Amino acid sequence: MFVTFISRFSMIALCCALSVCPPALAATTIAAVASNFTQPMAEIAEAFEKATGHGAKLSFGSSGKFVAQIENGAPFEVFLSADAEKPEKLEKSRQAVEGSRFTYAVGKLVLWSAKPGYVDDQGRILESGGFKHLALADPKLAPYGEAAVEVLKNKGLFERLQPLFVLGENISQTHQFISTGNAELGFIALSQVIGNGKIAEGSGWAVPETLHAPIRQDAVLLNKGAENPAAAALMQFLKSPEARAIIQKYGYSLAD
Amino acid sequence: MLGDDDLAALWLTFRVAALSTVWLLMLGTPLAWWLTRTGSRWKAVCNALVALPLVLPPTVLGFYLLVLIGPNGPIGRLTTGLGMGTLAFTFNGLVVASVLYSLPFVVQPLQTAFAAIGPPPLEAAATLRAGPWDTFFHVVVPLAKPGFLAAAILGFAHTVGEFGVVLMIGGNIPGQTRVVSVQVYNHVEALEYGQAHWLAGGLLAFSFAVLIVMYGFLNHRLTVQPAK
Repeated sequence: MFVTFISRFSMIALCCALSVCPPALAATTIAAVASNFTQPMAEIAEAFEKATGHGAKLSFGSSGKFVAQIENGAPFEVFLSADAEKPEKLEKSRQAVEGSRFTYAVGKLVLWSAKPGYVDDQGRILESGGFKHLALADPKLAPYGEAAVEVLKNKGLFERLQPLFVLGENISQTHQFISTGNAELGFIALSQVIGNGKIAEGSGWAVPETLHAPIRQDAVLLNKGAENPAAAALMQFLKSPEARAIIQKYGYSLAD
Repeated sequence: MLGDDDLAALWLTFRVAALSTVWLLMLGTPLAWWLTRTGSRWKAVCNALVALPLVLPPTVLGFYLLVLIGPNGPIGRLTTGLGMGTLAFTFNGLVVASVLYSLPFVVQPLQTAFAAIGPPPLEAAATLRAGPWDTFFHVVVPLAKPGFLAAAILGFAHTVGEFGVVLMIGGNIPGQTRVVSVQVYNHVEALEYGQAHWLAGGLLAFSFAVLIVMYGFLNHRLTVQPAK
């Protein structure tokens, strides 16, 4: 009696398990994703799982930290960096699959303030001044910070404004400095303040891409994922029209 | 080796920690004394408030501080009203944050030391007509000396080791808010592991030495001597 119950129970359990199992060759991959790409990637991963049946686990953080972790044996299979140098470095040091690197998104820089009407749409406020703090991501660490410095140099304002710099460790933190009003304005990623295709709150100047080198964000397949079909599929999916539409929706442009 | 940036960060860290320790002792001493002596029903609440930084992630503390000291926050309104501007991204802001953050590390050893004195010495002082101030400075302070020492060392060392809060409200300004822990973090993020090692190793050695000195001293003072 008891045995029948057990066997019946395990049959039911087996059926349940089979019914939720994804299609035959489905696998799961784990990706390290630059934190500025958190929102679009969450959406892309959802679409990816629906489209391919593969699973994607996402880990969000700073690109620099990820490189250190990857070099020390972290289990990541795909790496979406906030810049182009770090994936290249990993490829050179043979931590990543050669030839797998590509630009999945190009970041757009915006000069933003939480106060409506504070930043004009030409960025003239940089010249007229009247603010005490200008926030940007640390140019040594973050490509958006590097681009911001380039913009200021191109406008001949770097020397004058440098004493007003407050540096976020990344662009999320820079956004926090500005959104809490501690810094009147600052340079962040358009993706952070975009909603329905425009700057959703406060005021901002979308910096023309002629004023700085493109902020290329590259992805690379890591050695740990070389044999995993799900990792290759995710790399491929990032180039799909579906993923590209999501990437653009979040205020990035595309490489080509 | 260490660059100019690193040395600036070290010197800044020392200044923040030293000034914070002074403030911590000035504020922590009366607070700990009150907490030891009071029968108030607010005691539990105050104790809990003081201990909060022990359990809260520094990011939580840093985030709330950033909101509170911002131009729209209550503290920000107060400081701008007093003509001091806002505290974020300033040396003084770091000191204020450090005092809050390290408060339990100073108040708790003091509280333990005060409690250990017990009523008899205070009663004896009272029978000799010593006033409360007199009693405090000539009876309590000498008896609680190990407590003061532990409090000062822990307050200083904990401020040196502070990271999350500084990162949130500091703005990473060289010579002003870029302390050692943030500088180590910057080096690691920038993949400059050589420089990171020098600073990080130095910090490790410092912290270890401080703790050895403190435990050595406290053990010496507090070890129960076996009865002969």
